[in-house]
Amino acid sequence: MKPAPFAYKRARSLDEAVALLGEHRDARLLAGGQSLIATLNMRLSAPTLLIDINGIAGLDRITRNNGSVEIGALVRHAQAERSADIARHVPLIARAMPTIGHPAIRNRGTLGGSIAFADPAAELPACLLALGGEVEATGPNGKRVIKADDFFTGLFETALAPDELLTAIRVPAATAQTRTGFAELARRHGDYAIAGLAATARADGKGLSDVRLAFFGVGATPLRANTSEAALAHGDIDGAVAALDLEPHDDVQATAATKKHLAGVLLRRVAAQLMEAR
Amino acid sequence: MKIVEDSPPVLSVLDRPNSYIGRSVPRPNLARLTQGRGQYISDVTLPRMAHVAFVRSPHAHARIVNIATEAAKQAPGVLAVVTGPELAKVMTPWVGVLTHLKGLKSAEQSPLAIERACWQGEAVCAVVARTRAEAEDACELVDVTYEELPAVVDAETALDAKTPVIHASLGDNLCFERKLDVGAVDKAFAESDAVIETTFVTGRHTGVCNEPRAVVADWNPGEQRLTVYHATQAPHMMQDLFALHLGLEHQQVRILTKDVGGSFGIKVHTYADEMATVALSKLLKRPVKFVADRIESFVTDIHARDHRIKGKIGVMKDGTITAFEIDDLTGIGPYSVYPRTSGIEANQVVNLTGGPYQCPNYRAQARVVFTNKNVMCQYRAVGHPIAVAVTEGLVDLAAAKIGMDPLEIRRRNLIADDAYPTQSASGLKFEKLSHHEALAHLDTMMNYAALRAEQAKMRKDGIYRGIGFASFIEVTNPSAAFYGVGGARITSQDGATAKLDAQGNITVHTGVTEQGQGAEAVIAQCAATSFGVSMDRVRVVTGDTDNTPYGGGTWASRAAGIGGEAAWQAGKALRDNVLAVAGAMLQAKPEDLDIRNGIVVDKSNGTERLALNELARVAYFRPDTLPPGFQAELMATRHYVPRAWPFAFTNGIQASYLEVDTDTGFVKLLRHWCVEDCGTIINPQLVDEQIRGGVVQGIGAALFEQCLYDDRGQMLNGNMADYLVPMAVEMPDIDCGHVVSPTADSELGAKGAGEAGTAGAPACIMNAINDALRPLGAQPLTDMPFTPDKILRALGKI
Repeated sequence: MKPAPFAYKRARSLDEAVALLGEHRDARLLAGGQSLIATLNMRLSAPTLLIDINGIAGLDRITRNNGSVEIGALVRHAQAERSADIARHVPLIARAMPTIGHPAIRNRGTLGGSIAFADPAAELPACLLALGGEVEATGPNGKRVIKADDFFTGLFETALAPDELLTAIRVPAATAQTRTGFAELARRHGDYAIAGLAATARADGKGLSDVRLAFFGVGATPLRANTSEAALAHGDIDGAVAALDLEPHDDVQATAATKKHLAGVLLRRVAAQLMEAR
Repeated sequence: MKIVEDSPPVLSVLDRPNSYIGRSVPRPNLARLTQGRGQYISDVTLPRMAHVAFVRSPHAHARIVNIATEAAKQAPGVLAVVTGPELAKVMTPWVGVLTHLKGLKSAEQSPLAIERACWQGEAVCAVVARTRAEAEDACELVDVTYEELPAVVDAETALDAKTPVIHASLGDNLCFERKLDVGAVDKAFAESDAVIETTFVTGRHTGVCNEPRAVVADWNPGEQRLTVYHATQAPHMMQDLFALHLGLEHQQVRILTKDVGGSFGIKVHTYADEMATVALSKLLKRPVKFVADRIESFVTDIHARDHRIKGKIGVMKDGTITAFEIDDLTGIGPYSVYPRTSGIEANQVVNLTGGPYQCPNYRAQARVVFTNKNVMCQYRAVGHPIAVAVTEGLVDLAAAKIGMDPLEIRRRNLIADDAYPTQSASGLKFEKLSHHEALAHLDTMMNYAALRAEQAKMRKDGIYRGIGFASFIEVTNPSAAFYGVGGARITSQDGATAKLDAQGNITVHTGVTEQGQGAEAVIAQCAATSFGVSMDRVRVVTGDTDNTPYGGGTWASRAAGIGGEAAWQAGKALRDNVLAVAGAMLQAKPEDLDIRNGIVVDKSNGTERLALNELARVAYFRPDTLPPGFQAELMATRHYVPRAWPFAFTNGIQASYLEVDTDTGFVKLLRHWCVEDCGTIINPQLVDEQIRGGVVQGIGAALFEQCLYDDRGQMLNGNMADYLVPMAVEMPDIDCGHVVSPTADSELGAKGAGEAGTAGAPACIMNAINDALRPLGAQPLTDMPFTPDKILRALGKI
């Protein structure tokens, strides 16, 4: 379990990182390294260059402005877990945090890295999708914004261009009406979930509106369940479960049938969280 | 997981003024290990040391057409690229058979595959380089041309006529077969009020050690001597094997086993890649290091427990069990593992099934077949978890069938505590067991009646909790009956040497080894107690074939019971020798003196007479002052081997309390209890931790661990993300209780405790899950591990 030889450069600035990405098409970015280093050591990937972005100043901040919260690409899970701003303004992410790996992983791993890596069973991509957030990408032509709904394009694939890096994510700050729900089923605490669900909604009188359900671990990307969202907005939990049209594949932890069944169970549990009286 | 404190320590009849028997003294190696000052194989660095990495077969079964090594030989740092035929000139092949397992056959195995690779992961070429990283890089440049052959992956069809034979020279894929028929089984079934049949499956899994397998081999051509730093459980066995297959004398081979990061039976076998590393050192005349990485560990560390067992039990309405019958089938990979063989596990299943019960009618068949998967061999509690799962699963099904409480049916059938000595239907000889006392203790400890009431109450709220039991027996302290009689050069005796140094402290050299389980503490306790000094004046030396008495090492729960007794006897012998010196110096009769707390005293009243450092000073530096003709002997060696009984059987009973989420199929473990009887308890804390660790491994088998293979013989989950070892968060509190029935075969009376937890836990969890789901009409679950998939299917949810 030794990685194939690779070159290493520590980028001092965003410009330098972008330039290196442009020059080296099979380079990989090193942020927290919690997935990357394992794949290198198992020789599942063998990039010729690692561009270490940990030395780039200014990417490790959590800032609030104009009703949204911006989370820099290098914010560590542990930093978000302990952040009062996240707890108050992005309660969905606060809820998800304890389920992400183990403390050692959360100490190194970054939110930006998790979202850019786009593991379909990971929590944070689904959270970003449920929050209706967006990704800030930086490339040779500067910055652009990609909506979460457009960001996850396939298995470990995103809308990021090869010479772009994710520099921040932005999510709407919670209001008094915001409701969130999060649940996942993993055979051991800290594992990637067999199935999981992140959700947000707006409390609308006695009901819900703007329901966003983002399932993870049940497809190639985190998945919205639009029909179920509409049913849930009408308070129809059975209808929401019946409307689920997920098509997961078998994996080593569970069959597709189990994943589909568990998605329904999760939906009921998360629906209850969304509808909890305040 | 919270550690639950046990009942007060059980004081032993062996208590002396300096007694450490029955005391939870801290391990002498604790500070060193917790400060990161351990010496594992990874820490060993020698001058001119090279590293080896192996090119491994990606196919379950393939002919090796060609191995092109030129590119690899040119790669940076590479010292040698070696193939099977080249290494065969240095080391002879081996065959894993034992004569007392009649008819067991296997094929010759070489350090590197020759002509054919027979499982995914088998080493086919060795690359030796300056660093492991360079060796791995060059491995990618070795171009092996394979011709894929049909793989035998299903034990169920391995013996069919149309299934290819893996080793043509053997004629078929049958490794070993055993049949047993005792009493009148058919008559007993015919006369039973109920007969229950079902099929059990125990999932193939493996022991996952903190420290992977590792070896540094150092052939010194100058002294014609091989030194092997080896993370092993059995240094003297490895000395014999390396010598045998390299054509050397034992004197030419030294095994050094320093700290070992867990073994669980994984490190007591011959591994082709370790043999290759040793052969490479001889070939290249320099030290070579091999440390298995986690990925190659999953496809080369022995697997175990891959059994399908059809089981049948007969029962009367009053709960009397009338007969057991089993048909066991196990696929062990392409080779029987050397030198302990891969027939022992199935043999143990036949021996142990029904073992706790008074039932004279028993029929068993076991077939062990070759497959193209990684090899299987002995892992912690060899065969026990399988036999206990079958026995206890059947007993619970019988109880349910006749509507009897599961604890009550056990009470009515367990061998009576006053029936000993006795033997099981399969012929196992029991010196003294305590099933009923253990059951009664468990009943009280878990407050069974209250739990049942709670369970019933919660079911009304739709919460499904289950209580499961498993009685068990465990093989410990094996005599030569285990391996020696079958022709294996594996010693069952063990020795200890105690010597007094010139400051009056003692050093104890022992043949048993420390794997992290605390053997050093136990050896020190025994010697300190019988000699008469405090623990801090005892130093223990293990794991060095140049410096320790010939011994078996650590396996089959033997280190404390056998190694401890040898240390106890050596301490006593040294005390007698020291008192002879003291008698000469003090002009007293040695038998009127004793050593207490490091001081020679008058035995009758404890009056201090002579400090040991003074005695040592005189004996070593002024022997001229001792009486003429008197020679001090301040080093004593004693050996011990169980002779009266083939094995010191222990017994116990476990219980599990758990909750099944009937929506998700997830199981939450609420509490676990184990009452066991390992005879004299030398160190209660170490015994309890052995039990708890064993239970956790058993829980792994029941709920988490399985080596998954596809139909082409590819392992699907060979990494720590996909192969689920049990983790602390999911573990329940584990309460330990004890009954003490010492063996009379030794003065200490200690039996083994290392495998009791693993033996009983899987059955216990299975029975608890089925107890939880029984009111829902779910088909009993008997196919381990019990995943959400299987539980949801049993509930009809998917």
